[in-house]
Amino acid sequence: MNSAELASGTETMLLNLGPQHPSTHGVLRVWLELDGEVIVNADPDIGYLHRGIEKMCENRTYHQCLPLTDRLDYLAGTANNFGFVLAVEKLLGVEVPKRAQYIRVLMAELTRISSHLFWLGTHGHDLGAMTPLFFAFREREQLMDLFEMAWGGRLFPCYFRIGGLAADLPEGFIEKAWEFVKVFPSKMKDYHNLLTKNRIWIARTRDVGVMTKDEAIAWGWSGPMSRGSGVDWDIRRDTPYSSYEDFDFDIPLGSNGDTYDRYLVRMEEMVQSNRICHQALEKMPAGEVNVHDPNIILPPKDKVYNNIEALINHFLLIEKGLTPPKGEVYHAIEAPKGEMGFFIISDGSPHPFRMKVRGPSFINLSPTKVLAKGRLLSDLIALIGTMDIVLADVDR
Amino acid sequence: MNTATEKLQAQFPDAIVDIYEFRGDTTVTVKPDVLVEICAFLRDDPETSFKYLSSVSGVDYLPDSPRFAAVYHLYSHLYKNRLALKVFCPHDETPALPSVVPVWITADWHEREAYDLLGIKFIGHPDLRRILTPPECEGYHPLRKDYPQEGY
Repeated sequence: MNSAELASGTETMLLNLGPQHPSTHGVLRVWLELDGEVIVNADPDIGYLHRGIEKMCENRTYHQCLPLTDRLDYLAGTANNFGFVLAVEKLLGVEVPKRAQYIRVLMAELTRISSHLFWLGTHGHDLGAMTPLFFAFREREQLMDLFEMAWGGRLFPCYFRIGGLAADLPEGFIEKAWEFVKVFPSKMKDYHNLLTKNRIWIARTRDVGVMTKDEAIAWGWSGPMSRGSGVDWDIRRDTPYSSYEDFDFDIPLGSNGDTYDRYLVRMEEMVQSNRICHQALEKMPAGEVNVHDPNIILPPKDKVYNNIEALINHFLLIEKGLTPPKGEVYHAIEAPKGEMGFFIISDGSPHPFRMKVRGPSFINLSPTKVLAKGRLLSDLIALIGTMDIVLADVDR
Repeated sequence: MNTATEKLQAQFPDAIVDIYEFRGDTTVTVKPDVLVEICAFLRDDPETSFKYLSSVSGVDYLPDSPRFAAVYHLYSHLYKNRLALKVFCPHDETPALPSVVPVWITADWHEREAYDLLGIKFIGHPDLRRILTPPECEGYHPLRKDYPQEGY
């Protein structure tokens, strides 16, 4: 850019935002060229958290890949597991029992609420609103307690397994989940009171990061990012998986495609996810949670200890792993941040020949350059917040 | 066989190398020289309407030859279906493919990633540089099959 085009002054300044900065949501570095406070050029520099998960998976069995997927978008661990197990199950050609499907939906939706609450708290905090963080984390903590009941951890679930679940729901989970689901809609009022009509909030988010419907599709935006621009697309509804067709939910859409619309979309998504949880708890079928296939599912522990065939079966599955047929599959799910896709090429061996992770954060971040150009530096913070990126998912 | 593959066969009879169906996924292997035309056709034709590019995955098929391939996963919001396009790079030593950024702008980062991790050059890409690994890694492409994986 030459000096004549600059709004003021004669020289641009280079500013390094991140990788250690509280409002970049992790180790994102943005290389900024500034004219005063106006961004002339913004170039995101990613890869600080690149762990080579795709490469690691090529040398591991399918079961061993599962815990690695937890570490993609660590705020929505079950969503990553969900995409991965569904892709492997598609490769194997198996379908898990109805109860497992419902539990998966329930967990995925609770995770969506938890992920959106985290977004709400941090996005608000980035833009100077302190209280939403405390309110959002209050409810998120309740969800974390629920998750801890089910899989013993908070962030890394590894609860969905290829062919079913690690275990059925623990005793008392349904009751505790009901407590949350019944109360949560009333808490939404607290969040709306703080931000929705807040003049500062509107000033900071209205007309920031505007994407039209066609642009959002062209840039590969998915999930709440594209719905904020009015793209009527939700993988749960359009290409249902795991019994999503049994549930009744609405898909909120924005009209202006700005940060404020995406805020409203995510807020409504939490309510809709809560509705799905409500239905899942209500209609929860009884029965098994795993497929009956000794080549996929580990035998129950009491059998391993008392039965030689089960013991051999256990060792074979652990040592050798499962061997899907030769083939290529792509499976995408609606993760809290957008389309989470897994592309697996199997050569018939116990290791994936190639596993590509299509993370939503990576693609949602890619138009930063065009959205930030000509805007104020403070708008970039709003942009990063609204993109709801998790750098572990961006870098993989 | 779906509409998209039929249309492709009618429009580009010489460019289609293989059509492969597995578990409901269709993968069409096409020749690299007409890749951009095929992509533009699939995007613009009202009967296919693949306006959305989900991902671009580079693949290293070592020890097979042709060694490198790229797989493009497309989605149509209108027909709610998916299609995968596969293209093999003509040269194993200097893998290169035409860039599809003019068709789907989102291919920008996808192609940079495939270039970074597998060393596939995308000709016509506006800004082809490394994205995940640091620029000092020149010459190294970690997702190649001959690149060792250590520490497990």
